[in-house]
Amino acid sequence: MNQPLKPNSFRAGPDEDGRFGIFGGRFVAETLMPLILDLQDEWNKAKNDPVFKAELENLGAHYIGRPSPLYFAERLTAELGGAKIYFKREELNHTGSHKINNCIGQILLAKRMGKTRIIAETGAGQHGVASATVAARFGLPCVVYMGATDVERQAPNVFRMKLLGAEVKPVTAGHGTLKDAMNEALRDWVTNVDNTYYLIGTAAGPHPYPEMVRDFQAVIGQEAKEQLLAAEGRLPDLVVAAVGGGSNAIGIFHPFLDDDGVRIVGVEAGGKGLDGDEHCASITAGSPGVLHGNRTYLLQDGDGQIKEGHSISAGLDYPGIGPEHAWLNDIGRVEYVPIMDHEALEAFQTLTRLEGIIPALEPSHALAEVIKRAPKMGKDEIILMNLSGRGDKDIFTVGKILGMGQ
Amino acid sequence: MEQRFADVAAEGRPVLVTYFMGGDPDFDTSFSIMRALPKAGADVIELGVPFSDPMADGPAIQLAGQRALRAGQTLAKTLELARRFRAEDQRTPIVLMGYYNPIYIYGVERFLDDAVEAGVDGLIVVDLPPEMDDELCIPALKKGISFIRLATPTTDDRRLPKVLENTSGFVYYVSMTGITGSALPDPLLIAGAVARIKSHTKLPVCVGFGVKTAEHARAIGASADGVVVGTAIVNQIASSLTEEGRVTEATVPGVEALVRGLSAGVRAARLAAAE
Repeated sequence: MNQPLKPNSFRAGPDEDGRFGIFGGRFVAETLMPLILDLQDEWNKAKNDPVFKAELENLGAHYIGRPSPLYFAERLTAELGGAKIYFKREELNHTGSHKINNCIGQILLAKRMGKTRIIAETGAGQHGVASATVAARFGLPCVVYMGATDVERQAPNVFRMKLLGAEVKPVTAGHGTLKDAMNEALRDWVTNVDNTYYLIGTAAGPHPYPEMVRDFQAVIGQEAKEQLLAAEGRLPDLVVAAVGGGSNAIGIFHPFLDDDGVRIVGVEAGGKGLDGDEHCASITAGSPGVLHGNRTYLLQDGDGQIKEGHSISAGLDYPGIGPEHAWLNDIGRVEYVPIMDHEALEAFQTLTRLEGIIPALEPSHALAEVIKRAPKMGKDEIILMNLSGRGDKDIFTVGKILGMGQ
Repeated sequence: MEQRFADVAAEGRPVLVTYFMGGDPDFDTSFSIMRALPKAGADVIELGVPFSDPMADGPAIQLAGQRALRAGQTLAKTLELARRFRAEDQRTPIVLMGYYNPIYIYGVERFLDDAVEAGVDGLIVVDLPPEMDDELCIPALKKGISFIRLATPTTDDRRLPKVLENTSGFVYYVSMTGITGSALPDPLLIAGAVARIKSHTKLPVCVGFGVKTAEHARAIGASADGVVVGTAIVNQIASSLTEEGRVTEATVPGVEALVRGLSAGVRAARLAAAE
């Protein structure tokens, strides 16, 4: 921590304007600028404040259940016959995914700033549930914007949010998915600037969100590094995570970015294939543009209109990606690949049967990539994958597709 | 644009700025609407550029943008609207209003060249705050296109100088925090805000967000240099369309009648203030 940054460090960004290369920035309406600058001030103070750090660690340990285990997937490894596969088990966190790491951090900031109302957007509902949870824990009212399509396909999470006391507002604009929910949350924020804190769930949006969310999620990679060193005495050869907006991925990637021998792969939602519009592979099949406060890779047409993506996984159903991922792609540090809906579904079933772990559809994409790569790697090699969420929310969606009676 | 503000000020009344969405409900109708605006009393035209994800707009303008996009509107076609209008009317300032991504994808330099050629006088780009001036604002000013900035109730005295620094043409005071089309706040509060901004700049201050009727226009115009009307016009267009969103015979005359009323409102503004 105290050693000077290497001049060629991949971990130095963003710059003071929130840029990672050409990506990132602060592309927001003037109404929001003072709020974003206030948030940045508070974040700069908090991240160097030992009291804040202690609060975060205390809640991490006793409320979230950190550190999350690092698990050697013995049967999956044997089945694939190649590299040793380790899972960072973020799905065992309170609320069932990595999302809570960021929510605890941001609600502590909201309290410091004297905000009295929380808003959030959600796709799969994991971030919505985590937001509703911390809002309940800290006694603040919470409104969650969720696309109408997602409200339907993620019904268990909608119920959980309501039980936790949050108001879930379905958004019917567009395809009724994460992008539309984010638009509506921004409209709420711009209207209720005085008392409202916008708890963004992914490492995207205007500066300082991408940096802040990454730093709250980097605990995943920091722990995994220590745990793997303890278990194997060395770093992994390959780190894999699914990327929608990209918070679980940047969380596990970031601590490894300057470790030369570690290959890093982000897995995008290839949906029904990259030929048409039925996918969410922003990096693989998109181009740089400006949306939701940052410049990044987007799915868009030749007139700069944003396309609606598609993924079987509501959490990956977003036509953009966090700006740091866009930059890591362009400088060649991280490789981004697509995984199709059906491949993710197969991986979901494989893990469920071989390891007795029901993964969410989001990390099932990462798992499908692991299943492709592990057999081609040596038995002395190590893969670390972020198992970012549990699949309880997805069992009805999957059951329907597989034609299982209920 | 400066000339137009000076001319209107000489008449002793505020400027009427009218917004409509280019391509809503279709290209030809929106061109007819654009031509009708100055005849009905509009002094400055804000020509909306549709965007798929208008984060700062309320339902009315969101829907207008969707209608325009469905009808095939693009940034290139919106520039074409300006070009055709300019061929007939060399005096009414045209301000393009929208979001950055379509311009970024079009290419900033190419866009500015085409905008100059089409007779565009100014730009309002909602998601480019002063922190992002290098993107478009500075290049636009170099080509002689005004960059009109929004000031809001959250823009305090500490921030105002930064917001005004590269602003030209006029200052667009957004009369409340929120999305377009919300309710209008107290005119006295607005008068105070206008005075606050004018203490920082010599530019004219126009007020918008929430102005719907001639009476609103009159009340706001008592203190502001200009009144911006957008959602009311867009709603007027929407209410005239068929269920499928097609133009009817009532569409253009409806806008004309509304703008004529608003124009009478601004013309009465200073008389009212003097009473």
